Parts: sequence; structure tokens; C-alpha cells
Amino acid sequence: MRAASQILTESFLEVRAKLLEVAATLDRIDRSLDAGSPLPNQDQVQREQIDSAIEILLSEGSDRAERLQQLFSRQYESDWRKQMDL
Amino acid sequence: MDYIDPHIHMVSRTTDDYATLARMGCVAMSEPAFWAGFDRRTVDGFRDYFHQLTDVEPKRAAQFGIQHFTWLCINAKEAENVSLSREVIAMIPEFLDCPNVLGIGEIGLNKNTKNEATVFLEHLELAIKYDQQILIHTPHLADKYQGTRMILDMLCDDSRIDPSRVLVDHVEEHTIAEVLDRGFWAGMTLYPVTKCTPDRAADMIEKYGGERLLANSAGDWGPSKPTAVPDLIFEMRRRGNDDSLTRKVVYENPVEFFSQSQDFNFVPREID
Repeated sequence: MRAASQILTESFLEVRAKLLEVAATLDRIDRSLDAGSPLPNQDQVQREQIDSAIEILLSEGSDRAERLQQLFSRQYESDWRKQMDL
Repeated sequence: MDYIDPHIHMVSRTTDDYATLARMGCVAMSEPAFWAGFDRRTVDGFRDYFHQLTDVEPKRAAQFGIQHFTWLCINAKEAENVSLSREVIAMIPEFLDCPNVLGIGEIGLNKNTKNEATVFLEHLELAIKYDQQILIHTPHLADKYQGTRMILDMLCDDSRIDPSRVLVDHVEEHTIAEVLDRGFWAGMTLYPVTKCTPDRAADMIEKYGGERLLANSAGDWGPSKPTAVPDLIFEMRRRGNDDSLTRKVVYENPVEFFSQSQDFNFVPREID
């Protein structure tokens, strides 16, 4: 496995660019909100998901990608067959 | 490095793509039946499509030294039309003896509905009746986790199904472990935006090892990159991984999995 230092050095500019894209997108949304264009409730849920995703990025652990996937997933219910009468 | 793309939709690609894939090391491919971008209206529409998959595409691929294999089904998107699905399932055996057919696929779920699950279970019955291997499509985005779990429930509830003869495709970080833990083969799809990047696929190979793991491009008529598997090979090399691990995922595993089908008459390229 490559050294953490090497991975960071090789990835830094790419990660920086991706974070800037996220920041600029959130700025765009905020400017539109400031101009009087509010988010409908269903979009507010998505906006809050993005905040939750950023919290996951700030957390510790080597499973952030998996936790992000779970955040953006519908939940599994083990009794789905009963619910569908299947 | 020679490689096999185990999931690519060449009916949607140009002949130039065949030429490019051959130059990049693709020696064989398997093409599951899928959604054409619109809902087909008749069983004869599917009969023509299966003719294309079993006769036309193998010839087109052979012009570039690529061996072409295929899987047959009606896909989950069209499974909401249960009566048409049943007509197609009843017609599939007409093609099962074609020399490039590996099994039933890509079957699965799309929006995780009752009709999709019903048609999926009827496909399983077909595969069992004709002793066919199975290639699974798992849903996209928010539906993937729930749909993958539902599919695994249906497969594991049926003791007649041997997990070692089933490939579950489009796994990502939150679904790969359960697929592998239950004894199935897992396919990572390198597809922009909605699935997995070569970087993330390389992460999963490093985390889980190469056992029962495959990688594919799922190149089709949408935004996709048919040369995505060579991108993964390049990324694995760039990170300093041993070529033997990469070769296992992109060549040896597809050969091992497909070899369980009696129609996988693959001839390896001769290397001096």
C-alpha cells in the first residue's frame, strides 16, 4: 500500500478542486436564496443531506465512502415480501 | 494487458469502438440484454434483439479478434409490463442453444417494485429449469442498497441457486461486502456519475482483494466509457499494485466465472 503522505501529495490538487466545486455550488444556492428564491420542502431535504454528507467527511474512520452511500440510500426493510404480498 | 469486459452493450456502440477496444487489449466481452432506451412493445421486438446479440454482434466483434458472449432476458425497466415479460421469458429458450449464450441476464430490479420482483423470480425459474448461469443488475443511486438486499434475499431463499454461478453487477462501497460474503461473484461498473470510478474500484480491490471480483464498463448508449477497464488497469499500475492482482480481476476471474457455462468456448490469445 502506498504511504499516506504519497496519496495526499498526489491527490491534493484534485481534492482541492472538488471541494471548490462543492463550495461554489453551495454559494450559488445561497445567492439564489438571498435573492428571494426559497427551496421547496422536498429540496430542503436534499440540501440537509449535503450538510450531513459534509459532516461524514469531517468524521474519523476509513469507511467514509460507504457511510456516504448509506446516507444517500433508501432503507432496506426485511419484511418487504410481506409488504408487497409476494 | 489482455482483458475481458464482462458487461458491455455493444449494440449501442460503433464499429470504431470495437477497433479501439481491441487495440487496448480487450480479447473478449459479454453483453447482457438490457433496456434499449425505450419500452419495446412486442415479443418479436425482443426476438430481433436476441438475434442481434447471438448472431450479428459476434460477427462484428470477430472482425477485431474479440470473442463476443451474451446473456438473455427482459430487463427490469420493462418488467412493469408483466404480460409482455412472460411472453419474452417463454421465448428465450429458442436462443439458449446459440453458441455464445452464457446464461440469463441482466435480470434484477430497477425501482424495487412488486412487478419487477415477480418477473425477476420468473427469470430465476427459467435459469434453474435450463441450468443457466445468472447475471444480476442492481438498481442505481438511492434504490441500490434496498434493491440489492431484496435481490440477495430472493436468491438466497432459493436453495436451488448456487451463488458461485451468479454474478451480481454494479456493486459499490455499501453493497460489495454483502454480495461477496454470501458467496456470489461481484462486478464493479466503471460508469460516470451514477456508478463507480476507476479510482474507487481500485480502492475496493485493495480493500477486498481480487477474489470473485470483476470490473466492467457497461458501455452503452448513455454517457459511458467503453474503455473504462483499461483506465482501471492504468490506475492500479499507477498506485504500484502488482499486475497479477489486476490481471486476476480483469481477465482470470471472468474466465473462471464464465467457464461454468458450457458455451464459454473462449480461446486465449497466443502470446510468444
